Amino acid sequence: MMSSTSSALKAPVVSGDQRSFNVEQIRDDFPVLSQSVYGRALVYLDNAASSQKPRPVLDAMAEAYETYYANVHRGVHNLSQRATDAFEQARSTVASFINAENANEIVFVRGATEAINLVAATFGRKFLSEGDEVIISQIEHHSNIVPWQLLRDETGIVIKAVPIDDDGNLLLEEYENLLSPRTKLVAITHVSNALGTVTPIKDIIRLARDHGALVLVDGCQAAPHMKIDVQDLDADFYVFSGHKVFGPTGIGVLYGKMEVLEKLPCYQGGGEMIASVTLERSVFKKPPHRFEAGTPAIVEAIGLSAALTYLDTVGLASIAQHEHELLAYATDRLRSVPGLTIYGTAEQKSAIISFGMNGVHPHDVGTVLDRAGVAIRAGHHCAQPTMDRLGVAATARASFAMYNTHAEIDALTEALALVQELFG
Amino acid sequence: MMLDELRELYQEIILDHGRNPRNFRQPVDATCLAHGHNPMCGDELTVFLTVDSDGRITDAAFDGKGCAISVASASLMTKMIQGKTTEEAETLVQIFQNICTKDDFDAANGAGVDLEALEQMQVLGGVRNYPVRVKCATLAWHTMKAAMSGDTEVSTESENL
Repeated sequence: MMSSTSSALKAPVVSGDQRSFNVEQIRDDFPVLSQSVYGRALVYLDNAASSQKPRPVLDAMAEAYETYYANVHRGVHNLSQRATDAFEQARSTVASFINAENANEIVFVRGATEAINLVAATFGRKFLSEGDEVIISQIEHHSNIVPWQLLRDETGIVIKAVPIDDDGNLLLEEYENLLSPRTKLVAITHVSNALGTVTPIKDIIRLARDHGALVLVDGCQAAPHMKIDVQDLDADFYVFSGHKVFGPTGIGVLYGKMEVLEKLPCYQGGGEMIASVTLERSVFKKPPHRFEAGTPAIVEAIGLSAALTYLDTVGLASIAQHEHELLAYATDRLRSVPGLTIYGTAEQKSAIISFGMNGVHPHDVGTVLDRAGVAIRAGHHCAQPTMDRLGVAATARASFAMYNTHAEIDALTEALALVQELFG
Repeated sequence: MMLDELRELYQEIILDHGRNPRNFRQPVDATCLAHGHNPMCGDELTVFLTVDSDGRITDAAFDGKGCAISVASASLMTKMIQGKTTEEAETLVQIFQNICTKDDFDAANGAGVDLEALEQMQVLGGVRNYPVRVKCATLAWHTMKAAMSGDTEVSTESENL
């Protein structure tokens, strides 16, 4: 879909069934974006870490607290019924956002990290034993590495990692070689948070299928930027965090195929997840409630639902097109900065640019850019194995979202010239 | 204007020591060393001290990688503590910590600290206005203190730095 080598700035293309994509109109929906920092217009380019919230999300959450907030699935009273309806409606919205067949395939969790830990704790403990293999990749976020290491320490599973080439492309042939009759799970990212690489996830899933392995996809960096269709992908698990899709923190999504979820034991015990309890034993509810012990993040789920509705209204095809143009333009502009190296030039790339500046530490780059009003991330991006592969301790990273503009990329480029002026 | 502000932090002495750190080596005869780590950014420094029988630091050096602030701070520190007693060096750590974190700290109270050292600490103290960078400036100092007290590992995330 995207090529980091495209250089020409293309005219916006809007598909027929989408409303006209107007970035200024979108920016007006995000109150936080209109401010200045240190007397400079804020340029927010840290979207891969967390994204900002549009007015409809803030309004939906305020409305919930102001008019119908109560606990869900418990009360006989009016507010509880309305809150329950809104919470379950949010589940349906999530399901249709990723084209899940059934809303009950959506488990609400705190975030992608909890989703992966949930799969490790349930699927992993029940179905994986010593010598079974889990395949991850060299470009995983720590949240898709550490849960498997913890499971390994407990059960003796073997973790294998698919390598990348120097451009950040996942090596599909190496992946095929890693697959074996002992492969029980493939847990791989859809888009690398550190390099922007879009992995060939459909091929990955198809090949896993041939070996009878299940597949978990970390969709954190994909969900805000491209249309996700879990049925088309044929993913067994698909996870993403609310706060990266312009929704609130504290809420995330674990999608699981019903036939898989049904076989899993419960995750945490408590209220909400039981059908009946005696002092001797409990009978657990069916998915998804089996996995949602305790009072859930009710209003956060409602906020997430509003965010996904907003994304669908803007249109993911238009968003992907806009971000493709931003990536091409930013790649071009950054390449013109003397001494700047871009890390991650995969053929299929999302609008994330990791870079280094000759002789200047990423933290110093980040501090200078911050004073120019430009917010980027500097560090290892919770992907230290990726950094090891690049042979660096850290990078600077500019990550774009639907509300970013070409003018903001100019501001980034000008701020990088300041870095040169100070340190050059 | 903005560049002026940034130059307050990145003064020439910091840029110089960041680019060309002094005492950047691994002395084989060091009597103690400690490894300092800032997991937030991956910065790692090892501080080597040679302390004689009177408790005087006869040599201080460091090795590792980090940002301009942490490397310059380590470089300047190794110069400042040469010839100091471990007690004096500990006092310097405390003064430096205060300079980096307190707007109203009166560094002149740092009894026994020479003016040049104070001046250099004040330059590094510019991180006061950049709170997320304070740990960069103080990493080497806490690592030095750990080395003197026999600890070999120090992390900005596990210690009260």
